Amino acid sequence: MSSATLPHAVAAKPAEAQTIVQVEHLTRRFGRRAALDDVSLSIRRGMVFGLVGENGAGKTTLIRHLLGLLRAKQGSVRVFGLDPVLDPVGVLGRVGYLSEDRDLPDWMTITQLIRYNQAFYPAWDNTFAERLRGDFELDPDQQIRRMSRGQRARAGLLAALAHRPDLLVLDEPSSGLDPVVRGDILTAIIRTVADEGRTVLFSSHLLDEVERVADHVAFLRHGRVALSAPLSEILESHRRLVLRFADSQSARPELPGALSLSGAGHEWTVVTNGQIDALRAAAARLGAEIVDETAPSLDEIFVARSKMREA
Amino acid sequence: MQIRISNSDGVPIYRQIANQVKYLVAVGRMSVGEQLPTVRALAEQLVVNPNTVARAYRELETEGVISTRQGSGAFVAGNGSPLALRDKQRLLNERLDMLLAEASHLNVDVSTLIKMLRDRSRHLPAE
Repeated sequence: MSSATLPHAVAAKPAEAQTIVQVEHLTRRFGRRAALDDVSLSIRRGMVFGLVGENGAGKTTLIRHLLGLLRAKQGSVRVFGLDPVLDPVGVLGRVGYLSEDRDLPDWMTITQLIRYNQAFYPAWDNTFAERLRGDFELDPDQQIRRMSRGQRARAGLLAALAHRPDLLVLDEPSSGLDPVVRGDILTAIIRTVADEGRTVLFSSHLLDEVERVADHVAFLRHGRVALSAPLSEILESHRRLVLRFADSQSARPELPGALSLSGAGHEWTVVTNGQIDALRAAAARLGAEIVDETAPSLDEIFVARSKMREA
Repeated sequence: MQIRISNSDGVPIYRQIANQVKYLVAVGRMSVGEQLPTVRALAEQLVVNPNTVARAYRELETEGVISTRQGSGAFVAGNGSPLALRDKQRLLNERLDMLLAEASHLNVDVSTLIKMLRDRSRHLPAE
């Protein structure tokens, strides 16, 4: 049904149709500050793409471009091969979106919210909406403004899911929510990709959640893509080493190849990215031995990279 | 099949799944021919990416712990002990290290500890 309104998508070649989001050299300035600085990335069909970065790194600005809420002034943005600013219906009709502030019409009841969305989305599935309403224990007659934070998030999730979007976009969806509602959101992500061919983009600062559900992670830092790779590659290329120095170190030891360094006295922990040999040599010169070597979590990698000084 | 994923122990999630399936088979909580959940069902149960579960299943199949039949799912394989010596050591060494450290704090020497282990094992039901 919705594909009838999408002549461009039908004309796209199969290889192009596999790329759901394509961002090329996108730069955005607010005043003198570059919120996005030459960002390029692509999201393939069926992927769970995790966008991470500190507050103000540009995650929301990037997402607003994908939804056509901001126009690309430098660089280009394509979603389903379409320009989201020129063809908002073609893009938004196939996107489910949940934002951190869950801007829902406050005065509506759940029943009214469902009817309102049904009118907007040709592919809206009322049976599915009703099932989600039951699963989420939402009272059909309750006004959104009278709901708890968690119930509002669930109402937003229902509205984002019930037209079975080809692309689900979640901007900090877990922010400020209890573990039960966070679990609902993560389960929705898993179900969305487990249904063939659907794609998820989500931004989060909860790195343990990203580590559980993402296939691919892009790390934004000061508006730039500092790292973008399959999650398994990121996890396998970083190591955490514990060094034991023969002499207690009163100052931070100089260790080339270290992304981060923490500790005191005899024992220091280092996170490194594929430069283990250089690090081993430096440690040996300083009279230290490697007493433990493990795989760091995504959270530790993120913290290590956030603390890294600009080259 | 009950599996728990820990986010804090630095072991990749696909490996946690594979290790725990091996453990369940080794201790007899899963028997030969028993069907494993589908990739999708386990992904939803554990709330992890389906590709991660698929990777764990691929590893388990390569190691001969499970076999997959086209269209009908994955089953516990029947060829002897699925745990390689290396895996057995890895599973046990961590606990042994903790036990040794604890014993040392309590001033229990290794030979006493071994004797205690032997005594305890007599109280366990035989296989």
